[in-house]
Amino acid sequence: MEIDPFIFRLSIFILTIFVGYYVVWSVTPSLHTPLMSVTNAISSVIIVGAIIAALSGNDGDIFSTSSIYGFLAIILAAVNIFGGFLVTQRMLAMYKKKKKDK
Amino acid sequence: MSANLSATLYLISGVLFILALRGLSSPETSRQGNFFGIIGMIIAVVVTFLSVGNFTTGFIYVLIFLVIGGSIGAFIAYKIPMTAMPELVAGFHSLVGLAAVFVAISAFINPEVFNLGTPGNIKLASLIEMSIGAAVGAITFSGSVIAFLKLQGIMSGAPITFKGQHILNALILIIIIILTFYLCATQSSNLFWILIAVSFIIGFLIIIPIGGADMPVVISMLNSYSGWAAAGIGFTLENTALIITGALVGSSGAILSYIMCKGMNRSFFNVILGGFGATEQSNSRQNKEQRPVKSGNADDAAFLMKNASSVIIVPGYGMAVAQAQHALREMVDKLKKNDIKVSYAIHPVAGRMPGHMNVLLAEANVPYDEVFELEEINNDFANADVAFVIGANDVTNPVAKTDPQSPIFGMPVLDVEKCKSVLFVKRSLSPGYAGIDNDLFYKENTLMLFADAKKMTEDITKNL
Repeated sequence: MEIDPFIFRLSIFILTIFVGYYVVWSVTPSLHTPLMSVTNAISSVIIVGAIIAALSGNDGDIFSTSSIYGFLAIILAAVNIFGGFLVTQRMLAMYKKKKKDK
Repeated sequence: MSANLSATLYLISGVLFILALRGLSSPETSRQGNFFGIIGMIIAVVVTFLSVGNFTTGFIYVLIFLVIGGSIGAFIAYKIPMTAMPELVAGFHSLVGLAAVFVAISAFINPEVFNLGTPGNIKLASLIEMSIGAAVGAITFSGSVIAFLKLQGIMSGAPITFKGQHILNALILIIIIILTFYLCATQSSNLFWILIAVSFIIGFLIIIPIGGADMPVVISMLNSYSGWAAAGIGFTLENTALIITGALVGSSGAILSYIMCKGMNRSFFNVILGGFGATEQSNSRQNKEQRPVKSGNADDAAFLMKNASSVIIVPGYGMAVAQAQHALREMVDKLKKNDIKVSYAIHPVAGRMPGHMNVLLAEANVPYDEVFELEEINNDFANADVAFVIGANDVTNPVAKTDPQSPIFGMPVLDVEKCKSVLFVKRSLSPGYAGIDNDLFYKENTLMLFADAKKMTEDITKNL
């Protein structure tokens, strides 16, 4: 009997929850805010779904109902991707060590 | 592009996302981590373009919308003040949630594009995944909007409670499950719309009873939800990158909520059910005789600190509100010039989101190796000369250790009272968020400095 591909995806899902568990516990508490903004940025990878949806219309009819939702989702996800990564970058650039010359 | 190749590349981008979080284990590796995240995102987007392979007019529009959204995001990222970080994160969560809803709607209307069957005849598994993605996404959206409004101060931070609230919420959750069940049985688009509408409502109802200082838990929880929504959509689209990211973000948010709840010694459900202090508040406020407090001015504070050999600073949300972090750093610089040892003590739930204080101090150029977490520094208070409490309140209240009747009993607190002297910057004697009096105000060794945090800090600096 063949295994449903869903099971493989479920395995990836479950195992990643565990990976996430250990990785996140190792994040230093002082970086919890950047952690939130970067998880926010990466969860916008939902844009792949948005792109597929947006490109579903054919040439004569680019803005069909389903692709309009795709385009809207692209804008939202793009705000998040750029906003999320850049603000994380900005925050992380501020974390400095004590200067030795004292 | 072949399906196998694109699936492999999605997997790579998922792994890069894991590395992005891994990088945050220390500030040195964190920037590299963020870079991995960006690469992962670029791979995912490019692979999607190549596998759809439709480079016609529609593609141009996709790029245009991408640039529009991207510029808005970049603009916000550069303009936003660091004190507004909690609002920003809440706002961003709402966008992820709404994007998930839109993708789910699109997949429901036009399932052929996603290989999910035909309208009215969508594969059962996909329909369930889609419903979960849409429902969780909608909850994330409306919940985050409320959190945003509360943090921004547009909506009062006070908990909004009414009779029968929990029963209503439970009822709506049951309705959502029933709707999903019938939706799968009938494939009716009306049910799909109702499901989304009801999910929007429940997201709203879940967050309104939660008060301002519980926001760290709420934000983490919504962070987690946005992950689960993404994972739901990932299963629908059979996309590994989305599934990996969803699981990562979901567990990350869940762990943060756990850490925040632990920092308040409250169970997750206790926070979610809301209305902290609403019942206890009344009895602890009454029969309160006037107790004497010592209050001082900037001069006294400067004198005490000048003669100290070590000072511990305890910042809280009030510092963020007063934007006092830069003034504070200037004061500390002066202290250091006088060879006074200064460190910072951060309570896990100080501020309105996890790590809020750390970011503000980093913004004010405070080196991160002078900033300590509760467990690292709590024993040092006994040996320190001065504790400078600025904008914190409940997290320093010794009552949490002594009075089993207190609503915050058992909450880990900073042992500020063990210091030789305590300087407490506060605008008035009013109780903190938990609605209880802080015993620290009345201690023999406490000097209250009644003023705005920023102004007081500046005045002290002048007197040093």
